[in-house]
Amino acid sequence: MGRIRLARARVVLIVAISCACAAARALPSQASDDRMIADGAPGHAGGRLVIALRSEPKTLNPALALDEPSRDVIRCLTADLIHINRGSLKTEPALAKSWNVSRDGRQYTLQLRRGLRFSDGEPFSADDVIFSFQVYLDEKVDSSQRDLLVVGGKPITVVKVNDYTVRFELAQPYAAAERLFDSIAILPRHLLESGYRNGAFSQAWSLSMPPSQFAGLGPFRLKEYVAGQRVVLERNPYYWKADRAENQLPYLNEVVFLFVPSEDAQVIRFQSGDTDVLSRFSAENFAVLQKQQSVRGYHLDDLGAGLEYNFLFFNLNDLAANGPPEIARKQVWFQDLRFRQAVSAAIDREGIVRLVYSGRATPIWDQVTPGNKLWLDERIAHPARSLEHARQLLQSAGFSWKNDGALVDPHGNSVEFSILTSSSNAQRTKIATIVQDDLSQLGMTVQVVPLEFHALVDRLTNTHNYEAAVMGLVSGDADPTSEMNVWLSSGETHLWHPRQEKPATAWESEMDRLMQQQLVTLDYAKRKTLYDRVQKIVAEDLPVICLVSPNILVGAANRVGNFRPAIVVPYALWNIEQLYVQ
Amino acid sequence: MLTHRQKLAWAVVALAAFSGVVLFAGLLAPYDFATQDRDKPFAPPTGIHFVDASGTFHIRPFVYGPGDSGQSVEGSAQGSDQRYPLRWFVRGAPYKIAGLATSRVHLFGVERPARIFLMGSDGYGRDQFSRFLYGGQISLLAGLIAAILSVSIGILMGGIAGYYGGWIDEILMRGGELFLALPWLYLLFAVRAALPLHISQWQVFLLLISVMGLIGWARPARLIRGVVLSAKERNFVLAARGFGASDAYLLRRHVLPQTYAVLLTQVTLLVPQYVLAEVTLTFLGLGVGEPMPSWGALLTSLQQYSVLSSYWWMFLPALLLIPLFVVFYAAADALQELHKSVPL
Repeated sequence: MGRIRLARARVVLIVAISCACAAARALPSQASDDRMIADGAPGHAGGRLVIALRSEPKTLNPALALDEPSRDVIRCLTADLIHINRGSLKTEPALAKSWNVSRDGRQYTLQLRRGLRFSDGEPFSADDVIFSFQVYLDEKVDSSQRDLLVVGGKPITVVKVNDYTVRFELAQPYAAAERLFDSIAILPRHLLESGYRNGAFSQAWSLSMPPSQFAGLGPFRLKEYVAGQRVVLERNPYYWKADRAENQLPYLNEVVFLFVPSEDAQVIRFQSGDTDVLSRFSAENFAVLQKQQSVRGYHLDDLGAGLEYNFLFFNLNDLAANGPPEIARKQVWFQDLRFRQAVSAAIDREGIVRLVYSGRATPIWDQVTPGNKLWLDERIAHPARSLEHARQLLQSAGFSWKNDGALVDPHGNSVEFSILTSSSNAQRTKIATIVQDDLSQLGMTVQVVPLEFHALVDRLTNTHNYEAAVMGLVSGDADPTSEMNVWLSSGETHLWHPRQEKPATAWESEMDRLMQQQLVTLDYAKRKTLYDRVQKIVAEDLPVICLVSPNILVGAANRVGNFRPAIVVPYALWNIEQLYVQ
Repeated sequence: MLTHRQKLAWAVVALAAFSGVVLFAGLLAPYDFATQDRDKPFAPPTGIHFVDASGTFHIRPFVYGPGDSGQSVEGSAQGSDQRYPLRWFVRGAPYKIAGLATSRVHLFGVERPARIFLMGSDGYGRDQFSRFLYGGQISLLAGLIAAILSVSIGILMGGIAGYYGGWIDEILMRGGELFLALPWLYLLFAVRAALPLHISQWQVFLLLISVMGLIGWARPARLIRGVVLSAKERNFVLAARGFGASDAYLLRRHVLPQTYAVLLTQVTLLVPQYVLAEVTLTFLGLGVGEPMPSWGALLTSLQQYSVLSSYWWMFLPALLLIPLFVVFYAAADALQELHKSVPL
C-alpha cells in the first residue's frame, strides 16, 4: 500500500548471457519432452502453504491486473517466455528454451518448449504466444503491459515462424530486450479467443467465473474462490519444471491465499502460525516477531536494502499560469537550488533510520539503493547533516531570520509549507514528522498532512495542488530502464513535474538525453557511466531529496523448505514451485 | 460516608487541582512537548533512585545517565553508572505562562545528557509526561468550551421552545431530533475533507469544538425545555405576568434561574464526554496534528500492534484519564443529588 509501482520496462544488462544460460534439457521419458530442470535442493511432495493477502484480488486476468494481490495470485497461475530469476536478477529460459538475437539487435527468435500443456490439459504452441501478444498490444484492451512492448514509439511485431518458433521484431535496438518478456503471462488461446473477438475480454477471468474457465502455464491452477475469505490454488499436474532428481514440480498440493486486511493482523496471523510466509511488514513488527522467533517455530530474515527509495520533493510544476497563486508564490523558494540543498542538509537521515525503521534501513542521497549493487555509484557524496551549512545556504539565497527565529524570504514572507504523505503508510508519515522537526530548527513552519493514497496521487499527478510530499518508489527490476518514466521529463512518474512537453530545466534535458541514450546502448560499462551521471544529477540538483531505503524483511515458518527470499517483488514467493513443507 | 455536599467539595477540589496541573504544564513538565531525543525512542519510564549500585544512600534522588556510546535503539535502559541528581527549579526549554510571559524555569529536571522520562518516551523520543500535561490543555479546554457551547445553545433553544410552546416548540424540538440522528463522525470526516489542507492546528481545534458543541445541543435543550415548561406555570411566574412583565424579563428573572441546577449538572456530564470525543476523533486522525499533543494524540500510537505488545508505558495516559473521569462523574452525581427535585 501507499507506494507507486513503476511500470516494468526492462533492458538487459549483459548481452552475453542471452543464449548461454539454456539450463533446460530434454527428459525423453516424460510426457512433456522439454521440461526445465530447476536449481535448488529437492524437497518433499505434498502439503499446503497458507499466505495472507492485504486484500482480495480484483481480477485474475493478467492483462488487466494492476493491484498487488491480483499480481501475487496471477504469478502462481501463469508463466512467461523469458524470466528474470529473482535470486540472481539475471534472465533465464522459461517457456522459451533458447533464443537468438540478430546482429543489429532488432530481431529476437525464440524457440519454445515442445509438448507443454496448459493446466487444463490443452497443448501449448506458438499460436498461444501470438494470441497473447495480440491481446497485450491491443489498445482497446488497455493493458498496463502495452507501454513496455512499445519500443522506439512502435509496438513490437510478433511473427510465427513455425509451431514452436516465434520471432519478435523491434523498431530500434533495445539493449538486450529479453527482460521485457518477464511477467508477460502467456494466455490460453483456446479459452480466451472467442471472448476477445466478441469484445468481452474485459470481463474475462474475473474471480466470479468457475475454476474450469481458467488455465495457465504456471505451477498452480485455480481450485476455489470464497468471496471475502480466500483463494485456493491446487497443483498444476502439467507443469513444465522438474527438480534435479527429476521429480515433477511443484511440490505443494495447495496454496491458500487468505484475505487479511491490515499489516498488524497479518503479523498476528503469522505469529500464531495461521500463515506460513510473511513479507511487506515494518521493522517494528519485525522486532515484535523476533522476540518469539525460537519458541514459535518461524524464522525471520533481514535481506538488507531493497530497491525502494523514499524521498521528499517539492512541487516544481509550472503553476505560474493557472495554478493556485499561494503555491505559485512558494515555488520561488522550491525552484531555488540552494533552498532544496538547505533542506537536504538539515534532514537527519540517520535519525529517520533509527526512529522509523529501528535501524533496518539505509540512508541514501540518490535514487540507486545499496541493494542495487550493479548500478550503484559509490562515488556519490554522502554529506553529513549540518544545520550550519543549511543556514549558510539559506542566507546566500536571501533568506533571513526574525527575532523569534522564524525564517523569512527576501520579500518578508515567512517560510511555511505543508508536506503530504499517505495516511496508509505509517512509516512515511513518521518520516515527514521528523523532517518537520528538522526544518523547524531552520525556522521553517511545516505541517504534515496525511491523505488517503488515491487523493494524494490525484494531487501529485493531476491537480498539482500541493507544496511538498514524502513518497517512495520501488521498481520491479534493478535495471535503470524500469525507471524511465521517473527520470524522463515527459514521464508519468516524473513526480515533481510530470508530463512536460519539453524539459523545463537544463539538468532535466540532460537527464532526458542520458536516459534515452542508455536505453539503446548495448554495453553495460557505457550504460553504467551514463546512469552514474543521472545519479549525480539527482544528488546535486535535488529534484527529489532522497532519504532512506528500507530493508526487505521476510519471515517464514521453519517447516517451509527451499525458502530463498529475494530483494525484488515478490520477495518471498518467487520460487513457489520449489517451496515445500516438511 | 460523605454527604453529597462533601462529595461535591472534594470533587471540585480534585478538579481544580487537576486543572491547575494542566494549566501550569510548562512549569511542571521537564521538557517541551515537541523536543525529540532521537537516541531514545520508546524509552521506558526513568527509574528514580535513592540507593546507588554500591548500596550507598543519597538524600537527593538521582537517575542514571545514558550509556557512553552504544545507545540501544529499543527502549534504551540506563546504560552507565554515572549518577545525575534530580534538581529543582532548573532552567530548560522556554514556555509561555498563560500565553503571556515567557519563562524557562521547570519544577524539576536532570542535567544533560541524562533524561528524566516519568512516563517513558514515545516513538520520537519525546517525553510522554510533558506531552500528557500539555495535551491536557488542549483536551480539557476543548471539552469545556464544547460543553459550554452546546449548553448555551441548549438554553436558547430549550428556553424558547418551552416558554412559547406551540409550533415554535414543534419546529425547534424536531430540529433537535434531526441533530441527534446525524451521523456526526461522518459529518466531521466530510467537513475536514472539504477544508483546505493547510488549516492550522488552532483551526482544527476550533473545528473540533464547534462541531462537538453544535451537534450536542439537542439533549440539554430537551431537558431545559422540560424545566421551563413546568416553571412557567408556577404561581409567582403567572403573578409576574399578571403585573405586565415582558417575556424577556420573565425568562431572565424567573424561568431560567430555575434551570441552573440542570445546566451545571449537564456541563459536568458533558465535559468528560467531549474530552472522550476529542480522544476518539484524534485517534481517528481528525484531531490537532503533530507535533501538538492532545490526550487523543497520545493514544494514537496504540493502534500499532508493535507498540501495543511491546511498550506498556504507552498505556499510562489512558490509565491517568480514568480518575479524572471518575471525579467528573462524582461531581455530576453529587450535583444531581443536591437538586433531587430536578428531573434529569
